[in-house]
Amino acid sequence: MNLAEKILAAHCEKKAVTPGEFINVQTDLILSNDITAPIAIKEFRKIGVKKVFDPKKIVMVADHFVPNKDITSAEQVKLMRDFAYEQGIMYYDVGQMGIEHCLLPEKGLVLPGDVIIGADSHTCTYGAVGAFATGMGSTDIAAAMATGDIWMKVPPIIKFIYHGKLGKWVGGKDLILYTIGQIGVDGALYAAMEFTGEAIDNLPMDGRFTMANMAIEAGGKAGIFHVDQNTLDYVKLRAKRPYKVYEPDANAEYAQVIEYDISKMEPQVSLPHLPSNAKPVSKLGKIEIDQSVIGSCTNGRISDLRIAAEILKGKKVHPKVRCIVIPGTQQIYLDAMHEGLIEIFINAGAVVSTPTCGPCLGGYMGILAGGEKAISTTNRNFVGRMGSTKSEVYLANPAVAAASAITGRISSPEEIK
Amino acid sequence: MLKGKVHQYGANVDTDAIIPARYLNISEAELLTKHCMEDIDLDFVKRVKPGDIIVADTNFGCGSSREHAPLAIKTSGISCVIAKSFARIFFRNAINIGLPLLESEAAVDGISNGNMVEVDLEKGIIKNLTTGKQFTAKPYPEFMSQLVKTGGLIEYTRQRVASNKSNRFYERRS
Repeated sequence: MNLAEKILAAHCEKKAVTPGEFINVQTDLILSNDITAPIAIKEFRKIGVKKVFDPKKIVMVADHFVPNKDITSAEQVKLMRDFAYEQGIMYYDVGQMGIEHCLLPEKGLVLPGDVIIGADSHTCTYGAVGAFATGMGSTDIAAAMATGDIWMKVPPIIKFIYHGKLGKWVGGKDLILYTIGQIGVDGALYAAMEFTGEAIDNLPMDGRFTMANMAIEAGGKAGIFHVDQNTLDYVKLRAKRPYKVYEPDANAEYAQVIEYDISKMEPQVSLPHLPSNAKPVSKLGKIEIDQSVIGSCTNGRISDLRIAAEILKGKKVHPKVRCIVIPGTQQIYLDAMHEGLIEIFINAGAVVSTPTCGPCLGGYMGILAGGEKAISTTNRNFVGRMGSTKSEVYLANPAVAAASAITGRISSPEEIK
Repeated sequence: MLKGKVHQYGANVDTDAIIPARYLNISEAELLTKHCMEDIDLDFVKRVKPGDIIVADTNFGCGSSREHAPLAIKTSGISCVIAKSFARIFFRNAINIGLPLLESEAAVDGISNGNMVEVDLEKGIIKNLTTGKQFTAKPYPEFMSQLVKTGGLIEYTRQRVASNKSNRFYERRS
């Protein structure tokens, strides 16, 4: 069995599972947020149980529209908060909250060998620590909160092998945008993506979170990494419960194996309106921008902010560009402050927000008007994703977003140094 | 038997298009459905009649996991969605809440916007009443059929918990 199959088999008390098989999977963590929890709570009440199956395995995070952007958002968060206190589950509100997929790994709540489900499509992020993590809907989460398990179809696994060494301004974001560009937004539909190879061995944890995060943008059910020393160094500091490291069998079978040589890869930019419209940054021509967003569950971690600060240090954001920097969690915010990054951003003329999903999904904190263009380190560039249906979002890594904020047009970081 | 007029869309209709995030500060189906398909088809809500059918190309419902999307479609009066393929979270959500989905490449290629279509969900038969052509959808796996017949995941779970007399199904893993 491969890695995903081993984890799933262990969680449904079977010796082996095969792709296509329907199984009932026991979960280690069940997540929802201020958008998806209200529906889940309403559905949970219909099941006929008073208490969740285990409050220590359920977490709710207020992150999409908080601090509450309007009255209806406030009502949604209140509904979630009341339920969280009633049930005694883990709950993160303003002051402790962060963007859920930055927060949970940081808190040691997602660990190797876990099965994690979340009512948020980017739940697949936790594959970076060698967990099987997948996004679902509110009703799934309602049922799982009641019983602890959930139905799943065992996905076929596509193995990706990345050969070569990454260039200076190239990271996890570029690998995943390139991959989605190659296989398409449904290239891994229903499948799990396993990321391996020399480039992955050398990829720091933050870059792995970025890649696993965007597995869903290829239609994937999960994105998963093998556990190595990098992973263990990351989780050992944080884990408060035991975990189990699974290794794929030497003869593990895969639905497909796809190999890329990435040694000459440039930073990638995905043009509107699909993440699969990926192109090398040098091939874009002149595209003027109105906004640069650096943050999100994809690229809101400390190494992302370090890269952006390295480029913005001593420079000024173009007068026609709004540059919005969003640290993913309070801890990342603090670290960025201690390292002097926040000062660099503010001196450059960028604005620094408290953690929120905000602009990524067109919620608040940076909505685009008709005709405006944004370069963004987020994960989706669908029509209207960041505001007006007449606006455009270009996806890129933090180096490109920072460089573009300075020049006022989509630029390679090479232009700045 | 379902019967209605077809509203046709292309490939990769994402859940932001089905229900934009600016309306996700509400979760009531009746309020959400007023904005269904708004960003790609402003008049959908005015045109749609009970029983109507959405027909789309590949990867329908990709993107965000928001259940608000199938909920808005179901509440708008749409009786089923026929597509070449569905994004997996949307597929789960629709099955869980009782919005019927049918997968058939031939049907999608053989149906045009505005056609009248009749669907026999039991048999998976899609009939284009405008052209007279008939298609068969891919049958659901057994577990999913059972879920649909039971009335969705919440009813399925309610029965499961009731027959177990508690929601303790396993020894705690840790």
